[in-house]
Amino acid sequence: MVDYDPSSPQVMNAFYRRLFPYRPFFLWLNQDQIPAKLFTHREFAFTLVGDVYIRYNSFHTADEFKKEVVRLNPSRFEIGPQYSARPRDRKTLAAGALQPQRRELVFDIDMTDYDEIRTCCNDKKICRRCWGYIAAAVKVLDHALRETFGYKHLLWVYSGRRGIHCWISDQSALDLNDDQRKAVVTFLEVIKGGKEQAKKVHVRGGKDDGDLHPALAEALELLKKNFVDVCLHDQDCFGSERGWEALLSLLPGDRDVIGPLRSNWQSEPGRSSAEKWGDLMSAVRKLKKNQFPLFRKYERAMEDVILQYTYPRIDAEVSKHRNHLLKAPFCVHPGTGRVCVPVNPDLVEQFDPDTVPTVGELLNQLDKIQVEGTNGESVGGQRKVEDYDQTSLKPYVEMFEKHVAAVLKDNRSARRAAHADETRSSTWSSPQIY
Amino acid sequence: MFRPSTRQNLPSSSSNPALEVKVNKRHSGIGAGSSGPSSRYPYRLNFYERPPTLDITLEEFETFAIARLRVLSHIESLSHRSLPYPQLVSAIQSYTKQHLPLSSNTARAVNLDEERRRDEIGHWVLRLAFCRSPDLRARFIRSEVALFKNRFESDDVHERAAFLRSLEFDWQVVNESEKQTYAEQLKSCMWGQKDDAFKAESWFKVPWYTVPDLVGSRRVYVRAGMAYVPQSLQISLVLQAFSSRLEKALELTAKNLPRLDEDERLGPVIDHLASSFLSGIGATDYQPADGSGNGSAVTAEMVDDVARKHFPPCMRNLYERLKRDHHLKHFGRLQLGLFLKGIGLPLDEAIVFWRRMYGSTMSDDKFNKEYKYNIRHSYGQEGKRANYPPKSCQQILTQNQPGTQDSHGCPFRHFSPDNLITFLSNSYPQLERSSPEMKEIMDSVKSTHYHVACTRVFELTHGVKKGEGLGEGESVGHPNKWTDRSRELERDVLEKIKKKEDSDEMQVDV
Repeated sequence: MVDYDPSSPQVMNAFYRRLFPYRPFFLWLNQDQIPAKLFTHREFAFTLVGDVYIRYNSFHTADEFKKEVVRLNPSRFEIGPQYSARPRDRKTLAAGALQPQRRELVFDIDMTDYDEIRTCCNDKKICRRCWGYIAAAVKVLDHALRETFGYKHLLWVYSGRRGIHCWISDQSALDLNDDQRKAVVTFLEVIKGGKEQAKKVHVRGGKDDGDLHPALAEALELLKKNFVDVCLHDQDCFGSERGWEALLSLLPGDRDVIGPLRSNWQSEPGRSSAEKWGDLMSAVRKLKKNQFPLFRKYERAMEDVILQYTYPRIDAEVSKHRNHLLKAPFCVHPGTGRVCVPVNPDLVEQFDPDTVPTVGELLNQLDKIQVEGTNGESVGGQRKVEDYDQTSLKPYVEMFEKHVAAVLKDNRSARRAAHADETRSSTWSSPQIY
Repeated sequence: MFRPSTRQNLPSSSSNPALEVKVNKRHSGIGAGSSGPSSRYPYRLNFYERPPTLDITLEEFETFAIARLRVLSHIESLSHRSLPYPQLVSAIQSYTKQHLPLSSNTARAVNLDEERRRDEIGHWVLRLAFCRSPDLRARFIRSEVALFKNRFESDDVHERAAFLRSLEFDWQVVNESEKQTYAEQLKSCMWGQKDDAFKAESWFKVPWYTVPDLVGSRRVYVRAGMAYVPQSLQISLVLQAFSSRLEKALELTAKNLPRLDEDERLGPVIDHLASSFLSGIGATDYQPADGSGNGSAVTAEMVDDVARKHFPPCMRNLYERLKRDHHLKHFGRLQLGLFLKGIGLPLDEAIVFWRRMYGSTMSDDKFNKEYKYNIRHSYGQEGKRANYPPKSCQQILTQNQPGTQDSHGCPFRHFSPDNLITFLSNSYPQLERSSPEMKEIMDSVKSTHYHVACTRVFELTHGVKKGEGLGEGESVGHPNKWTDRSRELERDVLEKIKKKEDSDEMQVDV
């Protein structure tokens, strides 16, 4: 075993030459076999060794893209929108002629936003346990994007360290303008407010006493289980005094309810979060008979607590503007050496960031094959066997290819429909000025 | 102000598909005096789908556009001032009533057709002016939508319904069985309304991205990409349709504008309109408030006092500089000199003033030779004897950008943020360095709404309610208007005091 260092240029170069899945990557962005504007007018931004950042690269073909990636050997690269012209020509264009036009709708969830509610790690670290939060977030966001907004082609990608990205390639998502993107984000965004604000969930109108929006009600149902599993049992969010004081500060300040709870917990600091939540539930249940309005108030507040502790904390700015750059799938995270692999949202709870292949492992696997496989040259089947097919990257690339095939199929039928439309209406296509 | 040259005949083959308006010297007086809607304008509201195909005069071409431009830029500046919504609505209403009235079908003694024709032509001319850049288009659409919204909300209920029917939107109506299927969800989006309201309500189903505002505020139920919009929120749908159609039309116009082979009389008008919108003000020259009245004339001695009390920031800055350095560069002299002329400083007083300001730094001889001429020139007494008007904010903002040694220009635009804060807090003790008001002003500056910032300074330093501006919500568009209004306010206060004293005296007498 050779110890490959992801920060070394040679290692990255080997990765780009042999392992990066250029073909599906190109098809995913281009949504067609022949290079279209979605690829040729697309911005790529490269981060080179030493934090040199080159923006506004664009490429005519997938091959050209590959050559340049291998030549520049970036530590990572990011994808921007399809512009109104080729980004690389921007210096020859009139001012303002380079406008972002189409772009996948993207979401970014980052573990750092969860620091105040996770107890296992903080800052850059991530473990199997905090992944529970990400898993809950993916579940809810995936559901909302599919059921509420009707999108089909969602690609979830592990960001390489402590977050996850989502890329939506539906035609209608590509076409969204910035206002519309902003609308999706504000619709989905629930956790708002800075450090100085205890209650970060305000989703019930001005007086904070309305019903939940149906989409949030659905999310709440999905999250209840995660709340128990992750927050109460695994993370033990209300275990420490700081934890349960945070909980109490989110509830309506009724002395008869809060007072006994606090003194109870203070005298018995060892009570687990689940037990404390149970205490709260039974205290609130007592109100149901005689103080129904107050009971409702507590019930709503508790729902809001569940949302605050488990609802996806999305990085809103990433999604709002078409020209926001986002790290490409299958890049290597320069810090961890892990490849940004696709994640199956249905199995996201089983996903373990620690098992994601690192560039070092992959290169070792390739070394082994070369040693053993000198006689394996007669593989000459239909499909060219790529190097990544012989490594643990294979299942991830396959997942990616499956996703890409679905996107392409949809795009083809959409174009066929558009074409039919066009021929029908071509009789009056002469330009008219208004 | 730009005046188009009125060349008589147009090439008769009006190969001008963009604007099917034949420019003609003849005054068109269609339906003069008649009232009641005609078939051309059955409704007060207009989606501007059909370009006007009637004759207009060159003058109308310009005046209608300017009238509308004024309204639009006023709306724009109002919308940047974060007024409470009802106040905003009434401010827009009172301003449009004055500059671009549009009455409902039931209005009496109004020439409906003429009003609507005005409205329509103004809109179409401005389209030509604002289609050129994405930025202009976006601003135009925003203001037009705000104007349309204001009219839509204030429209007669029946006329509005008839108007909407005429548009024939293909909104999909949610049928009863679907309504029952999602009853729970639809109800919870109605935020605490009664069941009766739910029964009476009907819904449209539209792709969610056609109503981003409703989706963003979670006011509608969304499922499988479709938003369920209740009738009561229909306005969002209408506005969205209005703005998206306008956007498409503008893009198309922009593409075809170069091919227009444009009549050279219209081009300059259109250019002028666009440039004056950019500076946030309808283009107007300053007309000095009748110099004879109210003893508004100023003498050289009075300048210092007036400066302290009534100068806008740009002039205040120039004046302080002049006092300190006993000198100003050319454009600074011009900006301040014309302004002083505007506030009523006569020529001989101006000469005294400048002589005094230069003080001992300059010999009489040099002053008489080099400077007196320029002063006389700016008063129209030398050279081509043109009586130059004081510079407007638009000119100050966009022309003759100050160089490194210059002190002219607009402080809000040409000062660095730090210097601006220092300058404002030194010049106007009412403005504290780290007050929320200062932050508000700096925010307007950051978003390049200089006239909004300046107007806010006026309000704060004159104890005027936010949104009042220079009276009736007008924002600062000309330095002299600031001073006029400031002096007017002072006079009002003095008169009040005087009246009070008079009545006090009378009481003493009794």
